[in-house]
Amino acid sequence: MHAINYEAPKTLKDAVALLAQYGEKARPLCGGTDLIIQLRAGVRRPDHVVDVKKIPELSQISFDLTKGLRLGAAVAAIEIYENADLRQYYPGLTEAAHLIGSNQIQSRASVGGNLCNGSPAADTTPALIALGAKCRVVGPKGERIVAAENFCTAPGRTVLQPGEILVEFQIPAPAAHSSDAYLRFIPRNEMDIAVVGVGTSVTLDLDEERCTDARIALAAVGPTPIFANKASDWLEGKKLDTATIDRAAKLAVEQSSPIDDMRGTAEFRRHLVGVLTKRTLLIAAERAREA
Amino acid sequence: MAATTEGTHQFRVIGTRPIRHDGVEKVTGAARYGADYAFPGMLFGRVLRSPHAHANIKSINSDKARALPGVKAIVTAADLPELEDRIEQGGELPINLHHLSANILARGKVLYDGHAVAAVAATSPHIAEEALRLIEVDYEVLPPAMTVEDAMAPGAPILLPALRNKEDGPNKQTNVAAHIQFKRGDVKDGFSKADFVIERTFKTAMVHQGYIEPHNAVGIYNSDGHATIYCSTQGSFVVRSLSAAVLGIPEGKIRVVPAEIGGGFGGKTTIYLEPLSVLLSQKTGHPVKLTMNRAEVLRASGPTSGGTIRCKMGATKNGKIVAAEIWMAYEAGGFPGSPVPMGAMCIVAPYDIPNILIDAYDVVVNRPKTAAYRAPGATNAAFASETIINEIAEKCGIDQCDIRILNGAHEGTPQTAGPPYKRIGMIETVEAIKNSPHYKSKLEGKNRGRGMATGFWFNIGFQSSAMVNIHNDGTASVVTGSVDIGGSRASMAIITAEVLGLDVNDVRPLVADTDAIGYTDVTGGSRTTVATGLAVYEAAQDAVRQLKERAAKLWEKKPEEIEFNNGRLSASGNGVKPMSIKEITPRLGRTGGPITGRATVNARSVGPAFASTCVDVEVDPETGKVQILRATVAQDAGKAVHPSYVEGQMQGGTVQGIGWALNEEYFYDSKGILRNSGLLDYRMPTCLDLPMIETCIVEVPAPGHPIGSRGVGEVSIVPPPAAVANAIARAVGVRMTELPMSPGRVLKAILHKEGAAQASAAAD
Amino acid sequence: MEHKTDHKTVVEATINGEQVEFLCEPRQSLLEVLRDVLGMTGSKEGCLTGDCGACSVIIDGRSTCSCLVLGVEAEGHKIETIEGLANGAKLHPLQQKFLENASLQCGICTPGFLMSAKALLDHNPHPNEAEIRYALAGNLCRCTGYDKIVRAVLEASKGVAAKAA
Repeated sequence: MHAINYEAPKTLKDAVALLAQYGEKARPLCGGTDLIIQLRAGVRRPDHVVDVKKIPELSQISFDLTKGLRLGAAVAAIEIYENADLRQYYPGLTEAAHLIGSNQIQSRASVGGNLCNGSPAADTTPALIALGAKCRVVGPKGERIVAAENFCTAPGRTVLQPGEILVEFQIPAPAAHSSDAYLRFIPRNEMDIAVVGVGTSVTLDLDEERCTDARIALAAVGPTPIFANKASDWLEGKKLDTATIDRAAKLAVEQSSPIDDMRGTAEFRRHLVGVLTKRTLLIAAERAREA
Repeated sequence: MAATTEGTHQFRVIGTRPIRHDGVEKVTGAARYGADYAFPGMLFGRVLRSPHAHANIKSINSDKARALPGVKAIVTAADLPELEDRIEQGGELPINLHHLSANILARGKVLYDGHAVAAVAATSPHIAEEALRLIEVDYEVLPPAMTVEDAMAPGAPILLPALRNKEDGPNKQTNVAAHIQFKRGDVKDGFSKADFVIERTFKTAMVHQGYIEPHNAVGIYNSDGHATIYCSTQGSFVVRSLSAAVLGIPEGKIRVVPAEIGGGFGGKTTIYLEPLSVLLSQKTGHPVKLTMNRAEVLRASGPTSGGTIRCKMGATKNGKIVAAEIWMAYEAGGFPGSPVPMGAMCIVAPYDIPNILIDAYDVVVNRPKTAAYRAPGATNAAFASETIINEIAEKCGIDQCDIRILNGAHEGTPQTAGPPYKRIGMIETVEAIKNSPHYKSKLEGKNRGRGMATGFWFNIGFQSSAMVNIHNDGTASVVTGSVDIGGSRASMAIITAEVLGLDVNDVRPLVADTDAIGYTDVTGGSRTTVATGLAVYEAAQDAVRQLKERAAKLWEKKPEEIEFNNGRLSASGNGVKPMSIKEITPRLGRTGGPITGRATVNARSVGPAFASTCVDVEVDPETGKVQILRATVAQDAGKAVHPSYVEGQMQGGTVQGIGWALNEEYFYDSKGILRNSGLLDYRMPTCLDLPMIETCIVEVPAPGHPIGSRGVGEVSIVPPPAAVANAIARAVGVRMTELPMSPGRVLKAILHKEGAAQASAAAD
Repeated sequence: MEHKTDHKTVVEATINGEQVEFLCEPRQSLLEVLRDVLGMTGSKEGCLTGDCGACSVIIDGRSTCSCLVLGVEAEGHKIETIEGLANGAKLHPLQQKFLENASLQCGICTPGFLMSAKALLDHNPHPNEAEIRYALAGNLCRCTGYDKIVRAVLEASKGVAAKAA
């Protein structure tokens, strides 16, 4: 590894000041499960590494049934999985966090870091998009809110400007009869990067047996995670039977733009988008009925 | 779970399951592997590697790197002697020294992505790493040939301008290093007598042994010209002889101390870093430690060949195989020496087939030079032959075990190469599967299937040395040169304890360096328990002979009159009170001095190995993903010295075979650059991918061996890819002819079959 | 030999119950610190990308790949390594069961497996086979096929649970 400087600011203000000062020469360090690998490979060569784990706002989880969830960007995946409220009210996000990798990886990797790394294959990003998560970003010029689906701009790149830090996610409180689900396809049973990932949330009107809201998001089938808004919008007001689910899956496939690479061909990935969209819709709907 | 046991010899210690003698060090982190060694003043080395698959090296300039503070030496091929094109026996496979040296540091040309070009020693591994970036190499990039088809095509880029083969003659440049042929009977005639013939083309991918420990070496060059190498290796004597040859110094000037080794499976029976560590130590006057990181292991050590196999078999409607014709070409990597000859010898070895014709081609391609991987060449081959045999079984309406019993080789059946089989356990392994709880159980559920296959590996014998020291307190130590890669120390102690009548915990096993023990061939080729065990057995018998001589002295009798049973010396006659070893050892000094039993062997007639494996799979027809539901492996061990470790070999080989079957492969891009040089995308099975692996040790004693043991380390890797393919065929009705059977490929086959079915239904 | 001490930091952490102070560069991982600075070579390097688990240690009660933690990040944390698993001469039940079940062949993955398994049993003393396999999915073994490892953890958990009962 090239020589680096390390700092661990204890306040958000200090962190922003450091990142603004160093600009492109710094990289925030959270779980390290992406960054340290990149530093070793020489893929990123910042002079400064700024550890954000000591900043209190980034490590908090606060959940309220009416206000929703505020999830600190640095919270480790394992803490999400171990939180009973999150498991109950956001099962899709929880299962995405639990799939990030081994137990060892989950003890360090964070949902915020996963998003900021900017990989289109990140598991938790579709789950965030499906939940309508908003990202609170703090920088030298103040604060802004970015919708999760707009956060990544290209493979490995995000909207973050020099000096900006992702502080937390703001996720709406779960509506009645709504739930979420996340599935990914990998060749083994763990430890792989998603060939395709789909995060879905649905809200049902049980009297009418119709879907009042749906959000479907896709991982690993484009240069960024994709909010399949066409499929999502089309489902509004529809009954979730086989025909509508099939159609929604087809619409999701149409919005995907996968490439051929060693993890899968474009053709295989398109097929999987359809399969996983159907499967997540069914799971989310069943959870929503019971919620 | 042992099955058939022939022979009635009752052993006292052999066949029991003591805790291994080196166990505590290994579970407490105290055991020293090669990368764990540190010496005062030690420097750290790293290797610069080619970023091109095929290129001429026009110049190397290391001035900037040399100027980096902390850099102490930089070497290239110019610092090594140029060696002649000469074959040496090394490890399990013959080695050309000129090629070996060029593989260690490229000479004028790079032949694969990752080929070593220079090596640096510095005061920290990070500084050494940074120094690599400062070495300037001017390459003239050439087009690569990445597959056997590419390399054999007319007009293919030529990798080695001096390479020739017999058939093409002295004037034709070629990438085909060798053509080997095996023949028996007349295949034309055989096929004419067949009721049907099945022919398919199979492709297998390059795969890596996947040992968790990367390569390492610490070299210490002394000013008196002697060098010591500490390294993790399967063969310290091979490291000595090959390093000496590459460095151009006499063998006797190098002492190799084998560290504990973190896996090898054949991949650590050759050298990469060892001579570089000595060279850099010589240049710097300090010990130098070199290690590979995982990317280097995958890019630049010795995976095994992928390739193409065309397999044609003819059978009667009763299921008797009458002819087999095979064309097979394996990737050798940048230098010749794929295991295609072994693949050819193994491909139909489990069967009694009157007419065979096998043409095998060793082809150089711009990939790393292949090295041995557990039964080298046999797994690729079995994938082809064992799936066709199942097709034959299905066509004839015969159970997949029964067809193998019907055609199975037995004592007297001719081998593809070599004399007819002596007593073997092939059919017994198939019967063990057939009678196993697994095979007898019902497999229910959609998209599920059960497949089995049989594999062969011929095992090697070769040379081993052993010493057994009798200590004053009546305990013993047994010293060998066989690196302990899987628990063999325990087996050596068991054999010694058996012969000496001691408790196994009163025998201490040691692995010695190349000066302390006589020549010993590699721990590999399934030879250790058989050949080194034989040496240990004979060394212990030598100790017993000497003990008898001492008792004879004490009792004033002749040595022939002394009996030794279960650790007690006795003789008939008055006034002779039997003595245990503990009782005689205080008197050894008086009767002639300490006792050391010794033996050296060159084990010739070794029993070959057969394994049969059965797997149940479930296929997700929407994604092509294959789950292994259940697996059982039956293997003929002859006589299991330590059954737990025999089971361990069977289970480990089976799981490597499953990885080979499902997900492992090298991905090269169109420029010949390896895309998956990490364990994220080189996908080996995790424990979540597998069930328990049921084992069945079959014991048909190997003739000519005092314990009856057969080598067990390799053959279990051979059947699984075919067994999995056979199971997939039964689960979802598709025949896979390409490895690995990753989800994308299986799904494609399923959709193709559905498409064809729909098309024909539409046509009706 | 030259050292660039101006890049090095003093770090304090608790390792196997002892307060330890060490000096390291920011670019040195915790794995390098353990092995090269502190001479604790029980944790092994297998891949440096968090894909094999051979470097697994326990940090603040959680199984972690030490190759993906910088030495400087260890400041103030509680670290357990294989060297501290046994209680003096008394092996931990996991270590004992690994030996009895022949759960190791070459042994290079063993320290990582033992630490991951310990972290599992500390959180979940009664895991079933599926839970064990899930918890150990981040530890690769190429020798054993995992069968005897899983059996050893099952047996050890019965013993640990029995002790706690």
